[in-house]
Amino acid sequence: MVSEATNAVNVIIETLPRFEGYVYPNESGPHPLWGFLIVIYPYITGLVAGAFIMASLVRVFRVKALEPMYRLSLLTALAFLLCAPLPLLFHLGHPERSFQIMITPHLTSPMAIFGFVYAWYLMAVLLLELWFDYREDFVEWGRITPGWRGILYRAFTLGVTDTSEKAIALDMKLSWIISIIGIPSAFLLHGYVGFIFGSIKANPWWGNVLMPIIFILSAIVSGIALCVFNYMVLSWVRRRVLDMRCLDVMGMFLFYALVVDAAVEALDWIHRAYSAVEGFHVMEYMARERLFYTLSIGQVTVGTVIPLLLLGALQVLRKRVPELFRKRMYFASAVLILIGVFAMRWNVVMGGQYFSKSLRGVMSYKLEFAGIEGWFMGMILLALPFVILTVLIKLFLSEKLPTGGHVPHPPEPVLAAGGGAPGAA
Amino acid sequence: MKHAVTRRHMLVALGGLLAGLASLAAARTARGAVKKVLVTTRAPRDYDPHQHKWLMCFDVDKCIGCGLCVDACKTENHVPAGPMYFRTWIERYIIKKPEPGSGKTRGDVLVDSPNGGRDGFPTTTVPREEILKAFFVPKLCNLCEASPCTQVCPVGATFDAPDGAVLVDPNYCIGCGFCIQACPYGCRFLNPETRVAEKCTLCYHRITRGLKPACVEICPTEARIFGDLKHPVENDPVQAFIQKHKVHTLKPHLGTEPRVLYANLDKEVR
Repeated sequence: MVSEATNAVNVIIETLPRFEGYVYPNESGPHPLWGFLIVIYPYITGLVAGAFIMASLVRVFRVKALEPMYRLSLLTALAFLLCAPLPLLFHLGHPERSFQIMITPHLTSPMAIFGFVYAWYLMAVLLLELWFDYREDFVEWGRITPGWRGILYRAFTLGVTDTSEKAIALDMKLSWIISIIGIPSAFLLHGYVGFIFGSIKANPWWGNVLMPIIFILSAIVSGIALCVFNYMVLSWVRRRVLDMRCLDVMGMFLFYALVVDAAVEALDWIHRAYSAVEGFHVMEYMARERLFYTLSIGQVTVGTVIPLLLLGALQVLRKRVPELFRKRMYFASAVLILIGVFAMRWNVVMGGQYFSKSLRGVMSYKLEFAGIEGWFMGMILLALPFVILTVLIKLFLSEKLPTGGHVPHPPEPVLAAGGGAPGAA
Repeated sequence: MKHAVTRRHMLVALGGLLAGLASLAAARTARGAVKKVLVTTRAPRDYDPHQHKWLMCFDVDKCIGCGLCVDACKTENHVPAGPMYFRTWIERYIIKKPEPGSGKTRGDVLVDSPNGGRDGFPTTTVPREEILKAFFVPKLCNLCEASPCTQVCPVGATFDAPDGAVLVDPNYCIGCGFCIQACPYGCRFLNPETRVAEKCTLCYHRITRGLKPACVEICPTEARIFGDLKHPVENDPVQAFIQKHKVHTLKPHLGTEPRVLYANLDKEVR
């Protein structure tokens, strides 16, 4: 009897190593089915959508103060968009068959539309808008730049070298139209990512009508935060003075976006708790125990409450806070929000897989270093957009090239004297 | 005046109609032929899925948790070894008596499925006098009428066959795992060898040749009942089962309309 009991314990330990309670046998694999790569995927896509919304504040909503950010935010969106499909592709069991999504899409699947939404967003929105905005500069740069860079700029004109006033006016008009189309497209791109999760009714954590909206709002927040981060780092690297008015306005938009985002996410939890939706007892347990660090600390405290306090204080006391402190507070808020939104993506993707669909058990999972779903790979994928962005900035936001405007640092070399150093300051 | 309908007009219209119908039929045949070539199901060539509607039923009270069905399934379908790959499995529910004076109808509910129940179940550590009731529940694909797994597949690799089986084409699946997430019953897994989604096919290679699924064939207590709704045999076990029992489905609130029926199901079973 004793040996039998020991045996039983052994069997349970062998088969269900990291589980508490009961999980369906098919759920008891060594890793969650969707791992770190799928955490990164919505994060990157969200940054794209958010950065684009930031750019459209200039183009569509004519926020003059943000003009220095226009091109930088579009290029940020492009750099991240180029990397967005990579985590998805890497996590497939058969990446070589991924083209099937494009040639034989199953139209009732939220995932099937990704290829089209992605292609639409990249080709019809982002690249076109950039091209119309840059065309005049390409013509000029192609003329004055020697060597391979000159060839590159001339190639980018696509042979359209007309810089008459009429042609430029047409460029601007088309760019404006594309930007208007781009706003719903950005919402579509990321709302659709939210829908991938929100449409899964099997999973009470995911299956939620608010999910696409939460994804869009958190995307806007993270996108603006990324633009703040990029602008401050770029200014610091170049030793250039920050445009404080631009930074203040970005901070203001960041604050209001964060208020709306936090309110809707809180509403989601309040609604779930009050209506005692199926499985809420498991979700509550997870928020308290399994996701304490990423949810209560990472997402709520670090990513929401502290930035809300910092940015909120700046809305009220902007004029009384010295510039240096303001810069530091903006930078800190941006970084904390970027961490918080990443934690939010983790909580959605992992949280949904940390409990069994039997609602009788929870699991734990420790992120590994190596492997395709390891955090090393994740760091590479998160760093890659920044590498691409560096190249794009070198090519298209060069301080040495004359330009009409909409750039963070106008060509006249102004040496920084102590300012614009968020990290060092 | 509108032009009159002449015989010439009628003949042209009729000809057009016939040509249309002829080409429609040809297109349908071509589509069927292409499907046959492109879709991998392991059914024999002369099998017509439109002529059948398969159904699986369970009598919970009859299951003794011997695990033969799980073993037969794994062997028959070359399901990967290991405690996290199952096309069918058995769960054991042990419902403890409530604490005296607690005002509850039942105490803690302990559920387990060591190795999917393949090796039977070890004796429980819960003392007999503390147990209110205990029972076994066999599980497999619920053959949903509105299957969420089929709905979400981005390439259509998983599909509802006209005969009620929900199948995966292993040569087409891209291994994204969306269907596994979408199945509320945990019936799917990603095969570590083929890296595609896998699930119960009702032993499609057997039922399309007039045999029963392996798990049904081997069940010593006839807890699993399998039949064809379109061709009931004499004293059809499925019809008799549905007549005799009040039947229930798993997670009916999700609107998946499972076709797998359970008799004597307890509310704790999810």
